[in-house]
Parts: sequence; C-alpha cells; structure tokens
Amino acid sequence: MHRVVITGAGAVSSLGTDLSSNFKSLSEGKSGISKIEFLNSDRLSIKIGGQIKNYNPDIHFTKQEKSIYDKFTQFALIATKQAVLSSGWEFQKNDNSDIGVILGTAGGGLQTQDENYRQVYEEGKNRVHPLIVPKLMNNAAASNVSIKFNLQGPSFTIASACSSSNHAMGQAFNLIRSGVIKAAITGGSESMLCFGGIKAWEGLRIMSKEACRPFCKNRDGMVQGEGAAIFIFENYHDAKKRGANILAEVAGFSMTSDAIDIVNPSKKGAARAMIGALKDAKFNPEDVEYINAHGTGTLANDKTECAAIKEVFKSHANKLMISSTKSMHGHLIGGTGAVELLGCLLALNKQIIAPTINFLKKDPDCDLDIVPNIARQKNVKCVISNSFAFGGTNAVIALKKGP
Amino acid sequence: MSESVKYKIIKILSEQALLDPSEIKDNLSLEDLGIDSLALVEIVFSIEETFNITIPFNANDPTNSTFDISNVSSIISAVENLVNSASGKN
Repeated sequence: MHRVVITGAGAVSSLGTDLSSNFKSLSEGKSGISKIEFLNSDRLSIKIGGQIKNYNPDIHFTKQEKSIYDKFTQFALIATKQAVLSSGWEFQKNDNSDIGVILGTAGGGLQTQDENYRQVYEEGKNRVHPLIVPKLMNNAAASNVSIKFNLQGPSFTIASACSSSNHAMGQAFNLIRSGVIKAAITGGSESMLCFGGIKAWEGLRIMSKEACRPFCKNRDGMVQGEGAAIFIFENYHDAKKRGANILAEVAGFSMTSDAIDIVNPSKKGAARAMIGALKDAKFNPEDVEYINAHGTGTLANDKTECAAIKEVFKSHANKLMISSTKSMHGHLIGGTGAVELLGCLLALNKQIIAPTINFLKKDPDCDLDIVPNIARQKNVKCVISNSFAFGGTNAVIALKKGP
Repeated sequence: MSESVKYKIIKILSEQALLDPSEIKDNLSLEDLGIDSLALVEIVFSIEETFNITIPFNANDPTNSTFDISNVSSIISAVENLVNSASGKN
C-alpha cells in the first residue's frame, strides 16, 4: 500500500477566485452568499446563493473553448490550473499514462441543458448548436482536464449527488494507494445556479430564503453555491523524491449507503461511514480534533449528523471542533466535498478552524462545539470531512498533517 | 446578394480560424485555414443560422456530401445555391 499526499490545490467559489482568497474568507468567516442573478431568476422564490459574481470567462478561455466548456467545466479547468501550478508538476513534458483525472459533479452541464431547452421549448428553435452533447455530459470537466493537461491515465466522473466529490477523491486515493496510478487530479465542480437548476430545488422546499445557518436552532434550510476545488493527490514516495510541498496526507476513506430512504438521512449510515474512515486511517476516535461537517442547514441533516458524531465519538464528541463552511460558500452539491476539503487543509496547514457562520441560537439537538461565527486558532493533526447525499450515499475522507 | 453571402461567410470562417478576413482567400482549404472538425461543425451551424438554410452536411464523412467544402470559394458557391433555392430564385 502506497501512502498518498496532497501536493497541490486550486479553488474558485463565491469566496474567491483562487486558493488564497478562499482560505482568507474561510479564516475571516466571510460569507460569499448574495442575491442570485441570472436569466429568469426573478421567477424564483429563492433569491440567494453562493454565486461567483463578476465572473468573466474571457480572461481564461478563447471563444472556441467557451463554445465547448459549460460553466462547470470552466470552473474545474480554472481550479486545476491553479492546483497544477502550485504542485510544481510539469505534466506536459512526461509520459502521463499513470496520472488520472477523477472528478465529482451532480448536475454536470446543467447550464448548457437549461440554456438549450429554453431555446427549443420556449423559443421554439429547431436548430441547435452542434456541440451541446460534449458540453453537457457529466464527464466533460474530467475529460477536458485530461485533454488540457495531457493526462492519459483513467479519467472519469462520479455522480452521487452531494457526496460526488468525496466519492471522487476517495477513488483517486484508492487508485494511488493500490498502485494503479501514481497521481490524480481530483475534486469536483458544480454550476447549478440557473433557472431550471434552482427551480427544481425550490420544489423540495428545503431551501432557505435568508441564510444557511448550520446547527442553529433558527436554521431553515440550505443555500446553494457554485464553483470548484481541485487537488493533486500523489504517491508520497514520488512527491518526496521531487521535493513537493505536501499540504496533507490522505489517511483514510470510507463510503456507505443508508439503504433506507432517497432523501431522509440516517444516523446509522453516517456513523458507519465515519467509523470506516477512522478505521481505514488508523485513527482512534480521540485523535480527531476537527470535523468538516456536511452541515447543510436543514433540520434533518444537522441533527442526524450530530447524533451520528455522538454515536461514533462518544464523550470525545464534546471535545472536538465541528464546522460547516457551507454557511459561507453555500452547498455546491456535487462539488461541495472538494470545496469543504479546503477547510481541512486550512486547519492542517494554517492552524485555523473555519467557523460555522450565521449562528444565532443553540439547538439542543446540535449541542456540540460547532465553532460558531468566529474562526479559531488551533493546531490539529487529524481531521475528517463528511459528505452525506440524497440517495443515502455517505462518503467520509480522513486527512492528517503531512509527513 | 452574392457579395453579402461572400462577406458573411468570410466573416464566419475568419472568426473560427482566428484570422483576419483579408487572410481568407478563395483558393484556401479548411485545412489551410487551420480549421478542425469541431470548428467545422460550428461553421456549418453558423452558416445555417445566418442564412436560415439547412446544409446537407454529415459530420461522419464531411467530404462525402453534396455540400462542397473543398475550399473557401466552393463553400461560398454552395451556400449561394442553397440561399437561392431557399428564396426560390433558381
């Protein structure tokens, strides 16, 4: 079994268009949530989201590239470029058949679908742009990353709703540690902030009109976000040999299914996933000092997640810190686990625990240390990041300080 | 009419080839212009949109079609023919 380390990171979200601005916002407890603005957004009852404002694709892409890159692909490519630069890898120069691209997304090219359905159904157009299919397919981001960076190993996309990114990073981890590949570009991206995307979520009636307040007594639902976070996962031996800057070690991963309900969370499924990740990472429960929670801000998730944490960590549950950074960047659905891994890297590298903002009032069902409103300085060595999704799919990743 | 078809097609080709319209000479092939298969389907789409015509173009085998794409001038003539038939002038 090979050890796996993270040697590069990049991000674009409503908190900022690069890694340092994302870290800065997370450290300052700054919200990226604002009024959402796109075609027909006036017909939505949900008015807020973690939208990347003043986004200008022209800075990053040519006209030709824009015609084949949906926004979720654009976000993935922007974040990948940052991650590659920060890793010091020079992919183009070598044979890259042992480097893969494994990304998560739930909606894929939803912007492209929304835009083109509008044209054919609403506007009655009969002729469509020739490249809609390669633009909207869920693997478009992963494939375009592999093309752009000449990565010839396995490249594929995992779609498991809100767990997609954690599942993707877990696969990258497993493929590297088993020796199938030496490195991977992994993480996820999402761009669901369009009329059809949010309209569908409105139907579920679990969206907040005010703010995402995870674990707060006054919480009333989730808020969506968009963007991408991308990491370079690499065989430790190779990383060490080339003198790479190691951001963290990927220590363990576990995935479970509730096998009960398509939308309601289960304490047991979540707990089994956390226990599995601890076991895989060879962590004792009391080793874990920080949990980046799934913490959606819905009534059901937050109380179920807290109950599962208590079941797994017993009395240590009251000593560890838990935060939901969704309170700041919103829920990126299939990209959320990736953006939330930034909170873990911040904790391990900068000794800063990102807070759960918008917190007003304690909920007896969530009576754990959720790092309310203000970031905390703390040196931590072992962390986990939870993702629990519709469909009852749970994926937990465990990180520790780099060797 | 003819001039405007030619002008519009050269504009479409120059946008896809990332060249100045003055560089789009009649005898140049799509390959000469550096236009790949993805750009070609975009060109076909743009021409259809611009002139509101349907081009008999099969991306499986672009050269085997009644729409002659061997060079710039053949594309212009082919489009002129389609535009004329569409407006009933032939």
